[in-house]
Amino acid sequence: MALSAEESGRLAGLLDEHAERTIQRWTELVGASLRGRLSQAELRRQVQELHRAVIEAARGGGFDLESESAGELRAVLAELSRGRARQGFTATETAISVYALKDVLLELLEADATDTALRDYVAFSSLVDQMGLFTFESFVRTRESLIADQAEQLLELSTPVVKIWEGVVAVPLVGTLDSARAQVVMERLLQTLVDTGSPYAIIDITGVPAVDTQVAQHILKTVVAARLMGADCIISGIRPQIAQTIVALGIEFGDIATKASLADALRHVLRLTGVETARRQPRRES
Amino acid sequence: MTAGVDLGDPQAQAIRSDEDVVRVRQLVRTVAVAVRLSLVDQTKLVTAASELARNTLVYGGGGSAEVSTVDNGRRRGVRIVFADDGPGIADLDLALTDGYTTGGGLGLGLSGARRLVDEFDIDTGPGRGTRITVTKWSR
Amino acid sequence: MERVPVLKIGDILLVSIQVDMSDQTAVQLQEDLAERIVATGCHGVIIDITALDIVDSFVGRMLSTIASISKVLDAETVVVGMRPAVAITLVELGLSLNGIRTALNVERGMELIAATRDDDYGYDDLDEPGDQSTDTR
Repeated sequence: MALSAEESGRLAGLLDEHAERTIQRWTELVGASLRGRLSQAELRRQVQELHRAVIEAARGGGFDLESESAGELRAVLAELSRGRARQGFTATETAISVYALKDVLLELLEADATDTALRDYVAFSSLVDQMGLFTFESFVRTRESLIADQAEQLLELSTPVVKIWEGVVAVPLVGTLDSARAQVVMERLLQTLVDTGSPYAIIDITGVPAVDTQVAQHILKTVVAARLMGADCIISGIRPQIAQTIVALGIEFGDIATKASLADALRHVLRLTGVETARRQPRRES
Repeated sequence: MTAGVDLGDPQAQAIRSDEDVVRVRQLVRTVAVAVRLSLVDQTKLVTAASELARNTLVYGGGGSAEVSTVDNGRRRGVRIVFADDGPGIADLDLALTDGYTTGGGLGLGLSGARRLVDEFDIDTGPGRGTRITVTKWSR
Repeated sequence: MERVPVLKIGDILLVSIQVDMSDQTAVQLQEDLAERIVATGCHGVIIDITALDIVDSFVGRMLSTIASISKVLDAETVVVGMRPAVAITLVELGLSLNGIRTALNVERGMELIAATRDDDYGYDDLDEPGDQSTDTR
């Protein structure tokens, strides 16, 4: 895919000679596609940087995106796509920043309708394609790592398990529960029961927007697992529409205690433990 | 302890006695740790292996377990193949039903083990033994 | 073959399973425990499985059987210290450990047994500890 030394030389010369016109036109084309979501000055700076990097790479002899002399260009392209990905631009909008160069080159070469110019255009085009693909890949990589980071943060943020009383822990669930998150919640809750030696757990679902069969299933499994370990779970914060869904779906909560609010659940647990302490006290004295 | 585990090669463990079932569990655990399965996934896989190894011993009259690591490009996993030359399973659907047993157990061996792994494949028939392949992937 | 030791602490038999049990060891433990319950006249059995990294259907069945046997022999069994990963796996496996009482740790298990015994004898007996000790010997 590399350009020959002569082609590279002609590309560098062309871009250098018409520097102002190229940058102007390039900026215009990109600006039109981004519809003003990036300031003209910012855009112009980026295009200038790209323009400079392309010339530099072309001056290095046989222009090849993979070659060492194109290192600077690759860095600029990667930086550009990272920025676009983080700012929430689409893949198309990002790629256009590079592909616009094709239109600019076509306009520059059109005046000179020779065979060489045509061949050059085809060669330059495929080079721009290569740059576009590189941009696209960096874009996707950035997006993937963003998504992975966010997913992890979400898991961390959204599953706090707090001790609210001696022997009582609570998990206020907020947001949609998917299978992965439910698993994390489940494991963390059960581990906290062991760590704190708490025989009671309150699962508060006030912040869960909807309960479907799968979510209910996850909650049920947690409760059963906790029982196997010797702890009791109380589910609180069931809103009216969720109660209706649960009944409509035919989900059996069986003998699992459910309370309207976290406060009710805590009161329920305290009464339970209160009865137990009352029973044990005479033994301790004796 | 993990020094002997070459992740490239499958490791075989004969299943001839009670103690061999314990050895299968330990082997599977070592490999699962090396592949970095989460603690819960390790536990699920070792439990499934324990059930299947016992089945191999009790119903298949003994056999072997072969533990290997697999890689699908995105995730790594552990694959275990249990093989015996026993009588085979005549009615597979029935054998995979919760609570069905011919051996006096709880009838959760096959069906339970299937729920604990990501992939479960069984090749059996009257008179040609049983070969069960299970795979658990890292998350 | 390894044997799981059974310790007597007051009125309670404590079994702490520390090894990766073979099925034979599990069956042996079941027999040993039944004998010890009768020999000591204990009314509580605590099986500590903190060290067990898996509980499969065989061990699960053993725990259920021990609970049933001790019930017949007038002793209460509590299984303590089950790890979260083990509990999650058991749920997935479909093993409900019916009839088994569980507690988070040995201390909670002892409280549970004490509370159950109190229920059996009623509150009045609590005021006379002497009475209770004659009951349990």
